[in-house]
Amino acid sequence: MKEQLEKIRQLAEKELAECGAADVLENLRVKYLGKKGELTAILKQMGGLSAEERPIIGQLANEVRKTIEDGISERADALKSELAAKKLKEETIDVTLPGKTQTVGKLHPLTVTLNDIKEIFLGMGFEVVEGPEVETDHYCFEALNMPKHHPARDTQDTFYINDNVVLRTQTSSVQIRTMEKKKPPIRIISPGRVYRSDAVDATHSPIFHQIEGLVIDKGITMADLNGTLELLMKRLYGEDCKIRLRPHHFPYTEPSAEVDMMCFNCHGEGCPMCKNEGYIEILGAGMVHPKVLEGCGIDPEVYSGFAFGIGLERITMGRYEINDLRLLYENDMRFLGQF
Amino acid sequence: MDLSMRWLNDYIDVSDMPIKEFCSGLTLSGSKVERRETEGSEISKVVVGKLLSVVPHENSDHLVVCQVDVGHAGNGEPIQIVTGASNVNAGDIVPVAMDGSTLPNGVKIKKGKLRGVESNGMLCSLGELGLTTHDFPYAIADGIFIMQEEAGCPPFELGQDIREAIGLNDTCVEFEITSNRPDCMSVIGLARETHATFDRPYTVKTPTFKGIEGDINSMLKVTIHNQKLCPRYIAGVVKNVKIAPSPRWLRERLRASGVRPINNFVDITNYVMLEYGHPMHAFDIRYISGSEINIRNAKNGETITTLDGTERTLSENMLVIADAEKPVAVAGVMGGEYSGIMDDTVDVVFESACFDGASVRTTAKALGMRTDASARFEKGLDPQNAYPALMRAFELVEMLGCGEVVKTIIDADYSDKTPKGVEFNAEWINNFLGTDIPEADMIKYLEKLDFKVENGKAYAPSVRIDIECKADIAEEVARLYGYNNIPKTIIRGVAEAQLSEKQKFERKVSTAMVSMGAYEITTYSFISPKYFDKIRLPADSPLRNTVVITNPLGEDTSVMRTSVLPSMCEVLARNFNSRNPEVCLFEIGSEYIPNGGELPDEPVRLSVGMYGGKKDFYDIKGMIDTMLDLVGVEDVEYTACTDTAVFAEASTFHPGRCAVISKNGKNFGIVGELHPEVLENYGIGTKAYAAKINLTELMEEATAVKVFKPLPKFPAATRDLAIVCDEALPVAELRKAIKKAVGNILESVTLFDVYKGKQIAEGKKSVAYSISMRSHDGTLTDEQADAAVKRVLKELDKLGAELRA
Repeated sequence: MKEQLEKIRQLAEKELAECGAADVLENLRVKYLGKKGELTAILKQMGGLSAEERPIIGQLANEVRKTIEDGISERADALKSELAAKKLKEETIDVTLPGKTQTVGKLHPLTVTLNDIKEIFLGMGFEVVEGPEVETDHYCFEALNMPKHHPARDTQDTFYINDNVVLRTQTSSVQIRTMEKKKPPIRIISPGRVYRSDAVDATHSPIFHQIEGLVIDKGITMADLNGTLELLMKRLYGEDCKIRLRPHHFPYTEPSAEVDMMCFNCHGEGCPMCKNEGYIEILGAGMVHPKVLEGCGIDPEVYSGFAFGIGLERITMGRYEINDLRLLYENDMRFLGQF
Repeated sequence: MDLSMRWLNDYIDVSDMPIKEFCSGLTLSGSKVERRETEGSEISKVVVGKLLSVVPHENSDHLVVCQVDVGHAGNGEPIQIVTGASNVNAGDIVPVAMDGSTLPNGVKIKKGKLRGVESNGMLCSLGELGLTTHDFPYAIADGIFIMQEEAGCPPFELGQDIREAIGLNDTCVEFEITSNRPDCMSVIGLARETHATFDRPYTVKTPTFKGIEGDINSMLKVTIHNQKLCPRYIAGVVKNVKIAPSPRWLRERLRASGVRPINNFVDITNYVMLEYGHPMHAFDIRYISGSEINIRNAKNGETITTLDGTERTLSENMLVIADAEKPVAVAGVMGGEYSGIMDDTVDVVFESACFDGASVRTTAKALGMRTDASARFEKGLDPQNAYPALMRAFELVEMLGCGEVVKTIIDADYSDKTPKGVEFNAEWINNFLGTDIPEADMIKYLEKLDFKVENGKAYAPSVRIDIECKADIAEEVARLYGYNNIPKTIIRGVAEAQLSEKQKFERKVSTAMVSMGAYEITTYSFISPKYFDKIRLPADSPLRNTVVITNPLGEDTSVMRTSVLPSMCEVLARNFNSRNPEVCLFEIGSEYIPNGGELPDEPVRLSVGMYGGKKDFYDIKGMIDTMLDLVGVEDVEYTACTDTAVFAEASTFHPGRCAVISKNGKNFGIVGELHPEVLENYGIGTKAYAAKINLTELMEEATAVKVFKPLPKFPAATRDLAIVCDEALPVAELRKAIKKAVGNILESVTLFDVYKGKQIAEGKKSVAYSISMRSHDGTLTDEQADAAVKRVLKELDKLGAELRA
C-alpha cells in the first residue's frame, strides 16, 4: 500500500508538471482527489490494515494528498499567470500611432495677453473698468488737459462723429469718468479699443487696444509708479526684464515718462530688432497732472496719483514675435490656431 | 529737429564726446534721439583730383580720356579715367571715385575698360555724391562737379578725402521734441539741455552789429490791431541788399539740419529759426503799399497768393500781416509771393514777431499748409526771444556782407514781461517723487537749466513756456536727477479687486465657446454702410441708422457697426478664400446703437460663425445650447423666424432655417443658416451658419448660483413613446405638451429619433421620445407611470398627434 501511495505521488507530480491547461488540471484533480479518484480508492482500503500500519499509512496518505493538492493549486496559479501574460501580450498596440485629439478652440492672442495683464493687476488690487468707445471731446481731450487746438492733439489723429463726439483715441477717458464717480483711493485699469486715423500697415491700425492704469491716493509717489511698472514688466516678461524710464510729455501727466524695455535680442547693445537703440518703447506713464485732478473734483494738495497706458498690440506682437499687425485683425484660422 | 553737431559745438564743446554717449545722455534727460547719421558715411575712397589732360577717346565721339592727378591717393602717379561728361577741361578740380570706392545708395566703382581704354575710376557729379545745386550753387546738376575754392574755406588738397574737402562730414542727430518744448527746436535750446545733462560750460553770445544811421519810422509804420493774437511785432530794415548764395559754412549747416539753402536772405531767416527757435520773415519793402504794416484779422473772402504760388481765400478769424491795401503774409504761416525776396530786391524788412499758438494752428489747418514756422508758432513761442533773434539776423547780414542794417527798429510790444515764479518746495518735491534729493542739488539742477531760484520760487527762463506749476518743477528736478535713479516702491495700502459681474460673465461665455472648439476673432468695429445690403437688411431696417464718422479712412470703415454679423461674415469669407476647409469662430464685441442722446449705446454681442465639415444647423444650435447651459441660462425657447420685425437680422438667414432665441418672452438671439444670397454676396461657396446673442440682455437672465438637488433615492420609470404628428408641427410643441402632462414627476424628456418615410403617412412624421419619471417620495408604480403616459397622449391629441401604431 505504501508503494501504491508512492507511485501515485510520483505519477501525480509528473502529470502535474506536464499539465498545460486548466481543463487538464481539473481532470487530474478528479483523477487523484475526486470521490472516485485513485487516492480516495486507496484510503477506502485503510480499514483492512493492522492497527500498527493504519497510522503510518494514514499519515503517508495525508502527505500524498497534501502534495497533490499543493501541486494542483501551484499549477493553477502558474497557469493563470501564463494566461494573463499571454492576454496582455496579445493586447499590445502601437503606442506611436497618433492620439485622438479633442476639439477645443482658442482665444485670440490679444485676449490671451490681455487676460494675463488683467490677472497681474487684479493681484495688485486694480479693478477693471470699462467705458464708452464713442466718447465726448470732453472726456477724450478737454478733461485730460488738452483743450481744443492743443498741439498735442496732433499726435492723436482723431475720428470725429461731430464737433463734440469722437472715437476715443485713448482709454485715458475712462480715468476721468472714474475719478468723477469714485472717491480716492482709486486703483483701476481700463482696457479697450481705441481709434486713430492711421492708414493700415504692418505697424499701424486705425483700431487698436490700450490698457490704461490709474492710481489715486494720499502720498502716491513717482517711486510707486516706477515700482509698479517694474513689477508689471517682470510678471509679463520674466525676472530678467529690464526697463528704463525716459522723460516725455503727455498733457495729462507731470512728470511724464516713456518706458523702454531692454531689447531681449541684444541686451541694450543695439541691433536691427530695436532699430539700434538697445531698447524698445513699451508704454507711456506719469504722475497725474494737478489740473486733471482738479477738473475731476480731487484736491491735488491732498491726493496724488499716477497713470500709465500700455499698447496691447505692441505687447502681444512682442511676446509672440508677430511681425505684422494686420494678422491680428485678419483672423485667418492658420494664424488663430497658433496661440 | 535735426541738429548739426558742428553747429552745436559753437555753443558747447562736446566734440570729444563719443556720439553714442551724447545721444543716450540727452535721451535720458528728456530730449529723445530718434536717429543719428554722419554725412557722407556711404562715401569711401572718393578724393580730390585735378584734370591734367582731357583728350577725345579714339573709339568714341562722346567719351573723353582724362589723366587725373590724385596726389598721394595715386601714389604720385596720375590715373587715367574715361568719362562721358562734356563739362570737363584740363585744370579742373573734381571729385574722383577711385577703384573700389563706394557712393550713396550702395553704388560701387571698379576699374574697367570703356571701348578698349582703361578707366581707373569715375569722375563724380553732385548727384552721385548725394548733393544738389542748392548745396553748391556754382556747380551744374548734369555734369561733373567742377569744384571751386570758396572764401573762408581751406584750399583743396589733391588726394584729400572728398568729404573733408567739401565739408560733407557733419554728424546730424534727429531729436523727437515733444509739443511742450518748442524751446528745444533750436540749437541754443539743445545746447542748454546738453549743458544741463553733461554739466559742460555753454555760452550764448549777445549778437552785435554796426549798422547804419537812419530812422526806421520814416520808412515804415507798424500797427497791431489784435494784441491778443500778436503780442509783439518787431520790424527792422536792411538796405542795399545783395542777393547771392550763402557762404559754404552756412549752407553746410542748413543742409545738416535738413533745410535747403536758397539765397542769403532766405537762408538767414532759416538759420536764425534753427538757431534761436524763432521763425522770421523777410519782405521786399517796395511791395509794402503805403509803407505800413498792419497786423490784423483778415476780411472774409480776402485772398493772398502765398510763396508756394497758391491763391488762398482767408476768413476773418485768421491773422494776417497787411500793408495799406492787402495781406502780404498769413501771420506765422507763410508769406505772400508778391512781397517775397527777389533777385532785384534792394531794401528788405525783417519781421521778428510772436503770434498766438492756437490761432496759427487753426489758420494753418484751415488753409491746409503747415510750415516750419507754423509748426513752431502753434506750440506757443516766447515773445522775448523775438528780439535776440532779430539781432542775430542783423549780425549775419553784416557777417555775410549782404546789406546795410538800419540801426533803429520798430518794436510793438504788448507782451507780458512779469516773471512767472512757480512754487519751489524741496520737501514737497521729494514727497511727490518718493526721493530724498538734497535741496541744494535741486537748485543746482534748476540753475543748470537757467532757472533762478529765490524766496521759495523758481523762475524759468522765458523760453520755457511749459513751466506752469510745481509739478513741472518736480519734473525738471526728476529728469536731471535721473528718472532711473528714483527708487522703485510698492504702493502702500491693501487693496483687493475682482472682475465685475459683466466681465466674469463675458469670460464664462468665451471659455464655454473655446471649450467647444470655437476660435476667437477680433474685428474692426467700423464697417461700410454697404455691408447692410450684403447681409440683406431691409431698406427701412433700424440698423441702418448708424453713428457716422465724418472723416473716415475710407467708405469701408465709415460707420460704427449696428450689427456684428457683417464682421463675422467677412471673416468667414476671408477664411473660405484662404482655403481653410473648416472653421468655427466667435467674437465678443460691441455694437454702437444711436439712442437719440449724445453718445450711442454700446451693447455687447456674441457672434458665432461656422462652415465646413459635416456641420448643419443643429451643430450651431447645440453649441449655443451648451454655452447657455454653461453660463447658467435655462429654459430658453427657439422659434422659427423670418420676420425682421421680430429680430432685425432675420433676413440674413435662410427663411426655413432660422430661429430666434428667447426667454421669458424676450428675444436675445438669433441662429441659423446664412441666406444663400448672403453667402453669394460674401463669396462663401459653401453653407455657413451664424448666430448673434445679445450678451448684455442675456446676462440679466443668467442664474449665477446653482442650487444642489439631492441625488435620487428611488428608481426612475422610463417610457419610450413614438408619436406621429403633422410634419410641420415643431417638436418643441410636443415637448411642451409632454412636460405639461407628466407634471412634477417628470425627470427628463429626450428626443431620440425623427422619422419620415414609408411606414408613415404622407405629410406626417414620427418623433420618438424617451420619458424618464421619478418621485422623491417613493418608487413609482407601473400604474402611476402608465397614468402619466395616458395624460401625455390626451394632451398630444390636442395637437393632432397620436401614438404610432
